[in-house]
Amino acid sequence: MNELERLDRFLRTDPRDVGCDEAMAVLHIYVDLSVTGGDAAERYPGVAAHLAACGPCGEDFTGLLMAVASE
Amino acid sequence: MPTAGLDELSAAWLRRLGSEGGERQAAERELHATLVRIALAEVRRRAASTPVTGPELDDVAHQAADDAMLAVLAKLDDFRGESRFTTWAYRFVILEVSSKLGRHYWRNPPITLDAGQWERLPDRLGIDPARHAEAAAVLAEVRRVVEDELTAHQRRIFVAIVVDGIPLEALATRLDLQRNTIYKVIFDARRKIRRALVANGHLDDPGLEQR
Repeated sequence: MNELERLDRFLRTDPRDVGCDEAMAVLHIYVDLSVTGGDAAERYPGVAAHLAACGPCGEDFTGLLMAVASE
Repeated sequence: MPTAGLDELSAAWLRRLGSEGGERQAAERELHATLVRIALAEVRRRAASTPVTGPELDDVAHQAADDAMLAVLAKLDDFRGESRFTTWAYRFVILEVSSKLGRHYWRNPPITLDAGQWERLPDRLGIDPARHAEAAAVLAEVRRVVEDELTAHQRRIFVAIVVDGIPLEALATRLDLQRNTIYKVIFDARRKIRRALVANGHLDDPGLEQR
């Protein structure tokens, strides 16, 4: 990836992105779907778009995923 | 508390937490201990990205577990069985850790609000130092758009998050704004900057950015 592509990737926004509030409201459902082999991104494409773009929500997703995996 | 349709473990949690006396107390102790374990693991996982260290980090974990416990008990009736009970409960503690680390950030911040360290933008964007010169013109255009086309509110938030690298949750605490509000400002700023870069020939097609 060249420098322009890197910048472009950062600047691109996804119209499906639901934002932090909606993503966090269903995070537990999204995580359970992810760990049980369900297609979370297909059922919640706006959440998937958001988690890919929002660092803090992506961190929360990873944290919850790891918490569930630690059981 | 209705438990029909729930998985066995979730139903057991709800039954025990909804009971009286010793059974309920035992369930609460067990849940709290689990939330503390999750919180401690989570603060350690995030340790590299926060200025909070040592015993203070453990304090954050314990406070997060305590507050999450209160929230879980207060909202038990809101649990709809759309996920396992534990996943639902763990969400509270993960979000508490996130929020509390944001608040603690300002006790020993590595950078001040409004520092405006534009010279660090290439690193923030992951641009190879050997190629900074190649990116200089387009980054200068990014700065021009930020300074000329964003509102003062948008500019302050963009500079804090993207240029100075202040964690979004920390900025939300400092400015008394919701995480989603700040994300939306950054989202709109990214879109505005990209449109300007496309219009000026620095980037190609409009891509996915319409909304």
